[in-house]
This record gives sequence, C-alpha cells and structure tokens, in this order.
Amino acid sequence: MCATCGCEDHSHGTVINLEERLLARNDHLAGHVREWLAGIDVRAYNLMSSPGSGKTTLLERTVRELGVPCSVIEGDQETAFDADRIRATGVPAVQVNTGAGCHLDAVMVRKALAELDPAAGSVVFVENVGNLVCPALFDLGETGRVVILSVTEGEDKPLKYPHLVRTGDVVLLNKVDLLPYLDFSVEHFLRSLRQVNPHAPVFPVSARTGEGLSDWYGWLSGPSTGTG
Amino acid sequence: MHELSLTQGIVEAITARLGERRVVMVRLEIGKLSGVVVDSVRFCFDLVVAGTSVDGARLEIVEPGGRARCRDCAAEFTTDDPILLCPCGSSDVEVLAGTELLIKAVEVEPDVRDVRV
Repeated sequence: MCATCGCEDHSHGTVINLEERLLARNDHLAGHVREWLAGIDVRAYNLMSSPGSGKTTLLERTVRELGVPCSVIEGDQETAFDADRIRATGVPAVQVNTGAGCHLDAVMVRKALAELDPAAGSVVFVENVGNLVCPALFDLGETGRVVILSVTEGEDKPLKYPHLVRTGDVVLLNKVDLLPYLDFSVEHFLRSLRQVNPHAPVFPVSARTGEGLSDWYGWLSGPSTGTG
Repeated sequence: MHELSLTQGIVEAITARLGERRVVMVRLEIGKLSGVVVDSVRFCFDLVVAGTSVDGARLEIVEPGGRARCRDCAAEFTTDDPILLCPCGSSDVEVLAGTELLIKAVEVEPDVRDVRV
C-alpha cells in the first residue's frame, strides 16, 4: 500500500508543496550584502541603464568630484575596459564579466565586494550590465537604485522599459548638453517617466560638461532612500 | 534573457530540496506583472533540466493577473499592463497581485521508502 495516500496504485507520484520564491537565493544573499555594507557604513548604488547612456563617464567624474572615498564594481559581458577607465582616475575598481549573463546578481556582487574590500564610510558604485530589462529583478544588496537615461535615447524609454524604470530611487537624464541639437522634449520625457515612476527625483545632467551634477552629488550625500 | 538564470535557479532549488528524487512535474507561479516571460521560461526549462533529476518533467505555469490599489483615489483595479495606471490617471499605485515568482509544487515519482508492504 502507498504510505502517502493509502492507495493500491503506485503509478502516480507525490505532490510536494514547495512555495519557494524563485529569487529566494539571490534575495537572501542580497540581504547579507546589505547587512555587511551597513555594518561598515558603506553605501552602494546600483547604476542601471542601456548601453551607451554614459554610465562610465558619469562615474569617472563622480568618483573624482564627490568628495567621499569611492570604489567601483564594473559589470560587462566582456572586457575590462570600464574598470581600466575607473582605475585611471585613481579609484579602486573590480571588473565582473558576466559572459552570457545579462545582469549582475547578488552572488557576483558579494564576490566582487570581497575583492574590492571597500573602506569604512566609503561609497561603492555598481555599474550594472547595460540593459534596461534584466537587472530590474535582481536585488544586489544596494542602498539605492539609480536609473540613467540619456537624451539620445528618446522620450518614451520609461514606457518601453517600465519594470526597470519603476525600481529607480533616482533618475538621471544624461547628455543634456546635446539638447540644442536634438528634438528631445524634456517635458515629454517627464510625462513618460511619471507614468511608471511617480516619485523618484529626476536630475538632468551632463557627465561631459558637469551640468547638473551638484544635484546628483547632493542626493548621494543625503539621507539613504534606497531599497534597504 | 534573465529567464535563463531564473530557470537555472528553479532547478537548483528543486534539487537542493529533493536531492536525486525523480521529479515528474514542476508547478510555477509567474505573475503577469512579474517581468518574466513565460514562453522564455518554458524554452529555458527544457535546456537546463537536461541531465538532472528534473529531466523530462512536465512544466505547469500558473499566471496570476495583476491587481493594484491607487494611492490617490484608493480604487482597486485589475491590470496586466506593466504600465500601472489607475483609471483616474494616477501612476502612484501599490501592486497587490501579479508579481508572484514562485515554485509552487513539484510531483515526484513514488519512492520505494513510501511503500509499505
């Protein structure tokens, strides 16, 4: 007789309820990362954007001008170009190559943080793989999420990628120095953005000229507003 | 294609819980607002189960619809659109359902240890 249900027929299987979240392991590790960072008073920011939005240029400038010790984790499918660019500014950087992977996850960030060994009281920037889809789901243990869009990408990007844009604690609109040469409407962009992310502060900036960056630095220095 | 790593995670989670027990069915819950594409999960599933105890298992996916409450007008509304707009026009909404990402259950082959003589 079957011990599970008492029947005589053993041809059927046993259903086992698991009720396990798909992201349970990632979220568990992200929780550890967040706790560890808080323990050494380090803030970490997850920078998410499409490829070519100017994340690395923004970081090159930010780590020089923020006035707080910084370090950087660079996520790309291949190459160490971005980490090399950051190191050229004199700031420690660890490159994570995801290979076929399209996003960073908490496992990768935890490993990179161990290598980076950030100083107490410093700021860590995690430059995610350039991708407006996949990074949305993965908690990295960050203090806050930064969505970077640029004026060369079109005003409707927030509506095309609502999952990721919704998760942003702050939104930077980069390359505004190019506005005179484009048909980009900042008003239209803001309307699109507010349909998916009603509250995040928005800072129009130019990582190239430095325009607007004091607002970004002010946000980074302000009270923690992140997912933690 | 975050569905690939998610699907790998599903198989890892199942084998971690059940060891080598042969799994014949996997039931997932993937909400319509979760940002996960069910067809991609199905595609990846067949690839990542190869050679594991989940190889050949039937994949059942339940897709709960989206439900949200407007923080401006307090109305509750259903939507499967990832752009969560209340009929009143506000996008300041709290999602109540539709973002589920769960391994609900698995069915395993009867184990000889389950059989009393």
